[in-house]
Amino acid sequence: MRIAIIDTSTTRAAIISDGLREAGLDDLVLIDPGGALVRQVEAAQPEVVLINLENPSRDLLEDFFAMSRALARPIAMFVDQSDAEATGAAIDAGVSAYVVDGLSKQRIKPVIDLAVRRFQAFSRLQRELDEAKNALAERAVIDKAKAILMKRRQVDEPAAYALLRGQAMRTNRRISEIAEAIVTSEALMGDME
Amino acid sequence: MSAESFRIGFLPLVDAALPILARELGFAAREGVEIELVRDMTWATVRDRLLFGQTDAAHMIAPLAIATALGRDRPPVPMAVPFVLGLNGNAVTFSAALSQELSLGNELGDPSEIGAALRRAVAARPTAAGRLRFGVVHRYSSHNYMLRYWLAGVGIRPDEDVEIVVASPPFAADALAAGELDGICVGEPWNSIAVERGVGRIALATAQIWRRGVEKVLAMRSEIADERRDAVEALVRALHHAAAHFVEPANAGECAHLLARPEYLDASQDAILRAITDRIRVTPGSEPIHYPDFMFQYREAANFPWRSQAAWLYSQMIRWDSGRYSESDAATAAGVFRPDIYRAALTGTTAPLPGASSKLEGGLGEPIGAGSVQGRLMLGSDRFFDGRAFDPDDIESYLADLP
Repeated sequence: MRIAIIDTSTTRAAIISDGLREAGLDDLVLIDPGGALVRQVEAAQPEVVLINLENPSRDLLEDFFAMSRALARPIAMFVDQSDAEATGAAIDAGVSAYVVDGLSKQRIKPVIDLAVRRFQAFSRLQRELDEAKNALAERAVIDKAKAILMKRRQVDEPAAYALLRGQAMRTNRRISEIAEAIVTSEALMGDME
Repeated sequence: MSAESFRIGFLPLVDAALPILARELGFAAREGVEIELVRDMTWATVRDRLLFGQTDAAHMIAPLAIATALGRDRPPVPMAVPFVLGLNGNAVTFSAALSQELSLGNELGDPSEIGAALRRAVAARPTAAGRLRFGVVHRYSSHNYMLRYWLAGVGIRPDEDVEIVVASPPFAADALAAGELDGICVGEPWNSIAVERGVGRIALATAQIWRRGVEKVLAMRSEIADERRDAVEALVRALHHAAAHFVEPANAGECAHLLARPEYLDASQDAILRAITDRIRVTPGSEPIHYPDFMFQYREAANFPWRSQAAWLYSQMIRWDSGRYSESDAATAAGVFRPDIYRAALTGTTAPLPGASSKLEGGLGEPIGAGSVQGRLMLGSDRFFDGRAFDPDDIESYLADLP
């Protein structure tokens, strides 16, 4: 069963193809998102097409599937009416699938379930990465604010941190927000003595 | 009254204005409705989110709502359109090279004359490989049907003499520049962007092809329209008030500013303002031309979902999909448009409410008073460029008469 993967994220495409290969599905074609999409799909002659939901080429691709006589069998979006939840889960995860006419549900279902899991894992990874980046950025801002307080108020580091934390607790805001305010006001008014 | 929340999907186009304004300017809040907007880049994704419950309603090309209800290319899902978001607002833009070959002037031309010139250009390209290529936004779009109606009407067979492909509007100007497309039929601001980049010229406004052509609609699953009827009616009222605000000339600047924001259209405020005020710049650097009916968002009960408009779209769907007329499909298609909800929502307001739910389309040459159950309703000319009229009760003979 040949599966084509179209994804604006090459990282995610790699994650999905790894997963499919591990599951023994190794007839895979990765479509280059920068190249001529329709021509590549036409050449690949896939039986299943996985594409990220937000891909800007979906209207074009659906039109190709509907109109093309180049493909041996018509391709349509996989909408499993007996199990609407499965298609809904795919949409929620951000993946849509197109399959050729006549392919049995038993063969498609595992592919889609796997793609959904991989899409979810990718989102989770991305979220963790974003959080890690944010945490790093917050740390940097807090350090800067501490340095400003130490210089301006002639206190040591634990005291500067205590000032930040005290203000955050009194005003019910996050320490990083207080730190950001200090850094911003220092940038604007730092040279006013 | 508790806030009823609607997640509404949209594409970044000028005619997504009404739900955006309803949210931003408080028209929704005043009706006790909360609107959350979900922006996408393809109609396929707007449709999928709607069908699988990620959104409650959507800004949608009218034929796609009908195709979804009829189950074209996928299992059918009953759909409801209680409100039309606008008429027309699209244009046909030719590449710089084709514009020159057709000797397009500095104004919007006459559809029949441009059509005759285009027919000669088509005849000069007899081989399949040399055919002119036109891009439309979706197979099930008014753009596709308007372009095809015009081409067929001037003696050009859309599927044999030229090639019509689907092109994503954000990439349309690039495709014109690269010579991949010779023309496009898309909404604003994408025609203006092609003109501003010097890669194309606006030949026609689609309003010149059909003066009152239905364009985007507010679409939802019928299930939602039934189960959340009161909230849907409140949403219709909010959109109605947003439309009244939108067409007030004094508000145009404010509306353009809002729509241009990164989370909405993320496009040039100037181009948006020109579209809103019906001014179109057809060639780079030229003075914009005022074409009063370019976009039609409110007057003449433009938001009323006439069943006859849905029926016309159905007629074009079978015309070009080489399908056969079916009475039950025609009824399903017309039934997607829900004048009953529109009327119920706006009874007791100042909105004029048509008495009929269906009319002869393209039958009016002069403005005329129309029967209404509330308020005074005037309808302007709704002509097709070739003067034909569409009788929704006799689709078969209409189709038989078309070229």
